[in-house]
Amino acid sequence: MGKTIVITSGKGGVGKTTATANIGMALALQGKKVVLLDADIGLRNLDVVMGLENRIVYDIVDVVEERCRVDQALIKDKRHKNIMLMPAAQTRDKTAVKKEQMEKLTKELIEEFDYVLIDSPAGIEQGFQNAIVGADEAIIVTTPEVSAVRDADRIIGMLESQGISDPQVIINRIRQDMVRRGDMMNVDDIIEILAIHLVGIVPDDEEIIISTNRGEPVVLYDKSRTGEAFRDIARRLEGEELPLKDFGRERLKDKIKRMMGI
Amino acid sequence: MNPFRRKSKNTAKDRLRLILIHDRIELTPGKMEAFKEDIRAVLRKHLEMDIDDFEITVNRKKDSMALEADIPYRNPK
Repeated sequence: MGKTIVITSGKGGVGKTTATANIGMALALQGKKVVLLDADIGLRNLDVVMGLENRIVYDIVDVVEERCRVDQALIKDKRHKNIMLMPAAQTRDKTAVKKEQMEKLTKELIEEFDYVLIDSPAGIEQGFQNAIVGADEAIIVTTPEVSAVRDADRIIGMLESQGISDPQVIINRIRQDMVRRGDMMNVDDIIEILAIHLVGIVPDDEEIIISTNRGEPVVLYDKSRTGEAFRDIARRLEGEELPLKDFGRERLKDKIKRMMGI
Repeated sequence: MNPFRRKSKNTAKDRLRLILIHDRIELTPGKMEAFKEDIRAVLRKHLEMDIDDFEITVNRKKDSMALEADIPYRNPK
């Protein structure tokens, strides 16, 4: 029996969709069967990050309103046979999928896959409530900023009240240069404040923008640091105990750049 | 930049701590001051203590929240 995990955040724009795409692809690379479910209805984006936007025929609303079968709406990823995407509807609103429909759909999918990863809308509105209803576990994405950490705390409280306890947290977009000079909260600062279980740290890197431009999850790039961070997260989800990498250390490439003043 | 300036991450942490207390127990800064004043009055009445300023924190425990006050006091004698 597989696991259904919702990937969520309090604040918008912290990297939920990128995290969903990359964790999903990393799990697929490890041989797991994965389905990505875009529950951000009306603001569909997971298809774009995955580079699958031209292949959409049906979406999640077509499935729950029975205009097509589940397998007709699932898009196969050519790069990896183990991963599929069910896109959100772009023209409907957040309430187009009801709680009961979401629960039924995730139950159906988990029969066929090892992981169902749900990309949830941000915030605490109806769309969020519907996205979490079928999930066994949650991953909360935050960045090291006051507003994002505050909103993450709210979401942790809400998830716990809905019976999803002990959510795991990803701290995204850590900037090692800023941590080093004391202008960004580090991982220990955030753990101390939130008292959370950390599943990974992802450095802020322009690689993410480049990979999103191309529609290729960054875990597909072997040498990428951000890719490595997401691959580690996937391995931790599989139960491996890996030390958290210290992205506070400066890379040689960056050090040379800094010394040359560029 | 002034090397002696306060690191901005410490300001961020302090602000976050206060914000989270208010979020977690829905107590605004004004109400929190009134709450602390009442606690001070009770301690003075029963223990004849002089109370300095103190902090109240709200921490998440396994299944609940814990309201914690660390109250330093000076013996009036």
